[in-house]
Amino acid sequence: MSEVTLQAGQSNSLLAFHRRMLRDKPLGGIGGLIFALFLFCGIFADLIAPYGMNETDMRRVLQAPSLAHWMGTDHIGRDVFSRILHGAQLSVIIGFLAAGLATVLSIVLGVLTGYFGGKADMLIQRFVDAWMTFPDLVLLIVVVSIVGPGEGQIIIILGCLYGIAGSRIIRGSTIAVRENMYTHAAQSMGASTLHVLWFHVLPNVMPVVIVLFTTRVGAVILAEAGLSFLGLGIPPPVPTWGSMLSGGGRTYMYVGPWLALAPGLALTVVVYSINVYGDALRDMLDPRMRGR
Amino acid sequence: MSDSNILEVKDLQVHFPVTEGLLKRQVGSIAAVNGVSFHIKRGETFSLVGESGCGKSTTALSVLKMQSVLDGQIIFDGEDITHHSPAQMRGIRRKMQMVYQDPFGSLNPRMKIGSIIGEPLRVHGMAGDKTRYHARIASLMKTVGLLEDMAERYPHEFSGGQRQRICIARALALDPKLIICDEPVSALDVSIQAQVVNLLMDLQERLGLTYLFIAHDLSVVRHISNRVAVMYLGKIVEEADRDTLFKSPKHPYTKALLAAVPEADPEVEAQRAEQLIIGEIPSLRSPPPGCTFHTRCAEAMPICKQQAPDCRTDGASSLVCHLYS
Amino acid sequence: MNPLLAISDLSVTFATDRGQVQALDGVSLSLNAGETLAVVGESGSGKSVTALSIMGLLGDSGRVSDGSIEFDGEDLTKVSGQRLREIRGNQIAFIFQEPMSSLNPVLTIGTQVAEPIWLHHKKSWSEAFEQAGELLRRVAIPDAVNRLEDYPHQFSGGMRQRVMIAMALACQPKLIIADEPTTALDVTVQAQILSLLKNLTKEANSSLILITHDLGVVARYADNVAVMYGGRVIETASARELYKNPQHPYTEGLMASIPKLDGDPGSRLYTIEGQPPDLSNLPSGCSFNPRCPHAQDKCIMTKPTLSEVAPNHLRACFGYER
Repeated sequence: MSEVTLQAGQSNSLLAFHRRMLRDKPLGGIGGLIFALFLFCGIFADLIAPYGMNETDMRRVLQAPSLAHWMGTDHIGRDVFSRILHGAQLSVIIGFLAAGLATVLSIVLGVLTGYFGGKADMLIQRFVDAWMTFPDLVLLIVVVSIVGPGEGQIIIILGCLYGIAGSRIIRGSTIAVRENMYTHAAQSMGASTLHVLWFHVLPNVMPVVIVLFTTRVGAVILAEAGLSFLGLGIPPPVPTWGSMLSGGGRTYMYVGPWLALAPGLALTVVVYSINVYGDALRDMLDPRMRGR
Repeated sequence: MSDSNILEVKDLQVHFPVTEGLLKRQVGSIAAVNGVSFHIKRGETFSLVGESGCGKSTTALSVLKMQSVLDGQIIFDGEDITHHSPAQMRGIRRKMQMVYQDPFGSLNPRMKIGSIIGEPLRVHGMAGDKTRYHARIASLMKTVGLLEDMAERYPHEFSGGQRQRICIARALALDPKLIICDEPVSALDVSIQAQVVNLLMDLQERLGLTYLFIAHDLSVVRHISNRVAVMYLGKIVEEADRDTLFKSPKHPYTKALLAAVPEADPEVEAQRAEQLIIGEIPSLRSPPPGCTFHTRCAEAMPICKQQAPDCRTDGASSLVCHLYS
Repeated sequence: MNPLLAISDLSVTFATDRGQVQALDGVSLSLNAGETLAVVGESGSGKSVTALSIMGLLGDSGRVSDGSIEFDGEDLTKVSGQRLREIRGNQIAFIFQEPMSSLNPVLTIGTQVAEPIWLHHKKSWSEAFEQAGELLRRVAIPDAVNRLEDYPHQFSGGMRQRVMIAMALACQPKLIIADEPTTALDVTVQAQILSLLKNLTKEANSSLILITHDLGVVARYADNVAVMYGGRVIETASARELYKNPQHPYTEGLMASIPKLDGDPGSRLYTIEGQPPDLSNLPSGCSFNPRCPHAQDKCIMTKPTLSEVAPNHLRACFGYER
């Protein structure tokens, strides 16, 4: 892809690119920093966490945040901060894999139907229409109750769910790009369809893909939390932010509000950061926005 | 066909399907190009002029085989390409390039200028080694009057005129024999139009190019063309060499078109009696019977409503009108 | 006689993400009743901004930073928003370039033409509707009365522009501003629309400002011409005088660069070198100096102001030997 600029520029390193983002798009830059912190926590949860995720200490039950327990402890004496870190790990895995699957699915469906059009496009899009009339949550609950809860299942279900719905967005921008004269020009110079798709269509739907992916990461983490909240997510005792909210968080909300606040805040901050980072990324990668 | 012709189009028919309903059932068709014939000699500029919907752009797309042809024959460089497969067309496209009207839409905003100009070379596997590829891009940029160091910049940093130069450089990359120019100056500022027209003429002289020039601006067409064909509702109504067509137009539509273009001189305009052509172009879905122009023609006769006039040709020029038969 | 419209020293700035951009820099124009003034220029010359500032339609980012727009004795830069709305559509009407997007697709043509009459003239709806039919007939729409119930998509581009003219004429405005009214139309339709506009304004003794880049259109329809470049008026004269005797090097170059129907075909055209100026990065002094074949040192140092070279013929140039 050396001819097409998806990268920040040839000589610029990833670090320099983000330094520039912090300067030009401070909100997005800070979002990126928080996002990086979240990734770091997720990956190295085992090393950073001061306590084990299921290490119980019945002498210290429902303790308010303190120096020893930054986010307090829960009803069976587990360190909330450690559980948040381990929850981040699962969220990273599920968020990225499911959002990645969704985005790939959206690109394949959207670009192919949008670019070629015709009868296949119509049939596939009617299927997408029908798919989108089902409420997400109901669909999730039904499928999970059939195949049973588990990481793999959740990734595939969420990936398909958002992937099919998102194909509509990619299809729309593919049609807009297809109508541009430069794709026409490439065809007229004798370029193959693959060349046109790869060099002209994909780079120009990339802004939409980036935003789609980052919003999907947030949405998937939220959806997983929702499923866990309903008891259909990752089975205990593995902590996820959703199950923390639904388990201890809900039950002990009044006695130990930190039990609900910690995972809730973590969710909000991370999802928001990913979204603003995605927006900034899109703007920074647009050659037209450079030098402004 | 004689060897002096680079392109010969015979009785070209292009129909667009009219579809209806959920399953896109075809219920009829529109004859966008209806029996168009012309030829272009090597090294000349042949212009197709007419108003929107007359079929001039569709004709050009058919020549490039970007548009499926219902009937007729397209002979390019001695080769009948009417029924060429896309794979066979790949080789042909190297010899036939296009410059578009909108210099803003026809450049990919995410590619650098050098990469845009070199794209035809890469597509056809002619990029060669890096030094030669870059040298070729640099020389193309110089040919069209761009500075070499602009290669690393993006299209949005350029004005309309410079972008059109980039498009022309891209079209030249493969040393084509024929360049199809679809309204190449009509989107440009007045002071820039002259620059691009001159560039096209210089390149023709230096590189021996042939142009199929599509335009509605008659003053530019007159300046650049050797021969001109006027199209109306999918048909060529008059074709002649430039001087004949502009000095003594015969078809009432050609006359009306020439009268409609205001001359940039108030004194001339004050003396000119305003002859307005009445009405608007009829829909291609239901073209008028007989001569399709009779609904707007000031000299229409009863026969024009009933019978389509034949094409009368005397080698150099041709005319489709009852007035002269 | 006082002119109907007198713009003096008008400056307009726009706040953009690249900072303040001065779109107009000391523009002065005047227009008498019944007269057609053509404002000519390339993209970014400020011709459309001039029109929009007369209408008070500069939007949130644009602002008049200096100067005045005297219309019929009132300074439009100082009047209240309420008064401006009364003037707009009633005394000054605007015709846009794009006839498709200027009409509301969900309202019938009759409703849209009748609306300004009903709004400004306090007539009953049925009276206004009847008058709308009459107006459509005047702009030569065939079978006008029966087409009142049609929607914009049932009209062709030329017909829509006729509807726009009918709407503009609805309140018998003193001034009509037409911004590239025929750029989107075919040549034969362009000729129809422009002569219609010209004849109707003449009939009503209205004034017309015609904004265009087409020097042929100017020659055919304008009485007076103002040539704009880089946000300034660089030359004004009567159309005949300007074409016969252009005094600014830009105007002169422009005239020479268009191929004439009786010119010498096949020869090279005269060209103005370089590119149109970027408003956010204008050259110092006379903004035409980088492209001017006669530029001298002082053209780079100072901005020339409009001065008279012949009666009623002004140019902004320090002068040069031809």
